[in-house]
Amino acid sequence: MMGIYAWLLLLPASVLLVTFTHYPTVATFIHSLFSNGTVIRPSRFVGLDNYRAVMHDPVFWKVMENTVLFALGTVPASIALALLMAVWVNRRIPGRAFVRLSYFTPTILPMIAVANIWLFFYTPDIGLLDQISALFGGHGHNWLGDSRTVLWCLIVMTIWKEAGFFMIFYLAALQTHSPELEEAARLEGASRGAFFWRVTFPLLMPTTLFVFINATLNSFKLVDHLFILTKGGPDNASNLLLYYIYENAFSFFDTASAATLTVILLAMLAAMAIVQFTVLDKRIHYR
Amino acid sequence: MSKRRYLLTLAVVLLCLFALAAGVQAEKTKLTMYYPVAVGGPLTKIVDSMVADFVKANPDVDVKAIYAGNYNDARIKALAALKSGKPAQLSVMFSIDIYDLIEQDAIIPFDDLLTTDGDKAWLNSFYPALMENGRTLGKTWGIPFQRSTIVMYYNKDMFRKAGLDPEKPPATWQELVEMGKKLTTPEHYGLMIPSTGYPYWMFGALAKQNGEVLMDGDGKKTFFANPGVIEALQFWLDLSKKHGIMPKGTIEWGTLRQNFLEGKTAMMWHSTGNLTVVKKKAKFDFGVAMLPAGKMRGTPTGGGNFYIFKKTSPAERKAAMRLIKFMTSPERSAEWSIKTGYIGISPAAYETPALKKYVEEFPPAKVARDQLKYATAELSTYQTGRVRKLLDDAIQAALTGKKSPEKALKEAQAQAERLLKPYQ
Repeated sequence: MMGIYAWLLLLPASVLLVTFTHYPTVATFIHSLFSNGTVIRPSRFVGLDNYRAVMHDPVFWKVMENTVLFALGTVPASIALALLMAVWVNRRIPGRAFVRLSYFTPTILPMIAVANIWLFFYTPDIGLLDQISALFGGHGHNWLGDSRTVLWCLIVMTIWKEAGFFMIFYLAALQTHSPELEEAARLEGASRGAFFWRVTFPLLMPTTLFVFINATLNSFKLVDHLFILTKGGPDNASNLLLYYIYENAFSFFDTASAATLTVILLAMLAAMAIVQFTVLDKRIHYR
Repeated sequence: MSKRRYLLTLAVVLLCLFALAAGVQAEKTKLTMYYPVAVGGPLTKIVDSMVADFVKANPDVDVKAIYAGNYNDARIKALAALKSGKPAQLSVMFSIDIYDLIEQDAIIPFDDLLTTDGDKAWLNSFYPALMENGRTLGKTWGIPFQRSTIVMYYNKDMFRKAGLDPEKPPATWQELVEMGKKLTTPEHYGLMIPSTGYPYWMFGALAKQNGEVLMDGDGKKTFFANPGVIEALQFWLDLSKKHGIMPKGTIEWGTLRQNFLEGKTAMMWHSTGNLTVVKKKAKFDFGVAMLPAGKMRGTPTGGGNFYIFKKTSPAERKAAMRLIKFMTSPERSAEWSIKTGYIGISPAAYETPALKKYVEEFPPAKVARDQLKYATAELSTYQTGRVRKLLDDAIQAALTGKKSPEKALKEAQAQAERLLKPYQ
């Protein structure tokens, strides 16, 4: 009897989960085993052919390289910056509310708006970046048109956008820390640095894990800016996996390849989540 | 008894009336139409008002015109609606979507609907260059609506400052380079050709000017590695690398107009669809010219065509045909051209008093039309999205110095051949 009752309570949530998460995942996987069908040539079972084709696609490897670089470039930097800003605005400084707000502002803005603003920052010659460098006698650089700089431009913009959001979590965590800890440390003669590294930072580890997971997921999920800034160009130098999936699905109408790439993305994210929750979780001190 | 009969009669009469009313309502044909907008400006309002005029003149047809984003979004939405079973009957979509739409078995050729001599004459009333992207397999699948070409916008003030005649924009590649050098100063470049967004489109112009086309008329073959095509890409690269009149790397499509308006380049190649905006915003004296000639002049056409979907009843097809004829009539085309800068799609449109007067007052408006006789089709093949990206990537790889033009184009050609093999 209790069992039925419990299941009834779980029913609404599980219906939603199955309809919008589990069923599409399974359907995507099944679709990735079939060829791309048109009305003239219907879809047929091809086994792992789609995966083989993806492995032989040089653009796919370029995109993977970019995606990993993008994650490595954005995740640690935005977490470090978030922590720094949180510790900074947690102190009693004049205009604290204003500083907090201004750090948080990039988060409020929609990504499309941000990308539009940064598009004009990066525009050669008339952009903000080049106008500033011109003051110091620098020459204009074609930031988004140069395959060596374009990905870094995206990384910098993303850090700027993300750090403020993660700062909020750190700030919330810092507020829960008892001031007695700091007083005790001061009595013991611990330096500020020692206090931070020995007390504050370990206490923040659960928050760091949470932020780390979110930042990693975001680095794979963010593509909005690509539509505005580069469309993955020049020559795929800034193409990311999710954008490539979009291109396959809606630009090439190759849903089979898109499904295959989606399964690969899902597998990667699942693997990361498992590592994060099993390995890292054990090393973190919860109160 | 008689009262009962009276009531019965009344009921029957009422029933008949309802049925009649329902019948009348059912006769009103309902059409849903998607349309895209690819350039800035209040274009949705213009389309909506044209559709409203049509409904006023044709009370038996009800049209729901739905703005569907850019060309890509419009295609996605129309095809999604088709699969969901609540399809649109007609849509304006990218002229180069034709092979995808045929392969999806989504559209019907207009030849099936146009049988009378008058209809056939109507089909021949448009500029032939605008029909190229709408014809394949010996049939016509798309009717031109919002069509453009590439033109060269140039800053006359800068021409004067450089000691050049502002009424004589470069007419050949050689002049382009010579004048470009004079027009390049530390403050601004001589020329910008955008290479993001639609690089293949700009490249279609350069290739045509060098006497080459990028694909055959059946959409089954590409010619990316022809010597003349490679030469064209080399010339594009040389503009920055050798002659220094254009910035190195790729040039952003989206911000180029702003660059031109802010005086960062003396000349730019861009869609005619920008004409009205540039006219409104330029604070300097500007001119519009045909693209210069290499071996010959040349530009691809661009823009959107009307398509009629297969999942339609004969009545809907007839009504859709009437709507298309209305929207593409000389008067409407003239109105559309004046308000947007897109080309009037038929010679008759340029004979209307409205457009005649506009062209007289604002001569740049006729450049695109005069250029039509040198125009060729926009790149469009089976698997068009992938093939286009191959060429886009090759162009960008060459312009950013990652590959030589020859290597980039040969690789793209080899891959395109692999993609198109199943269709040959």
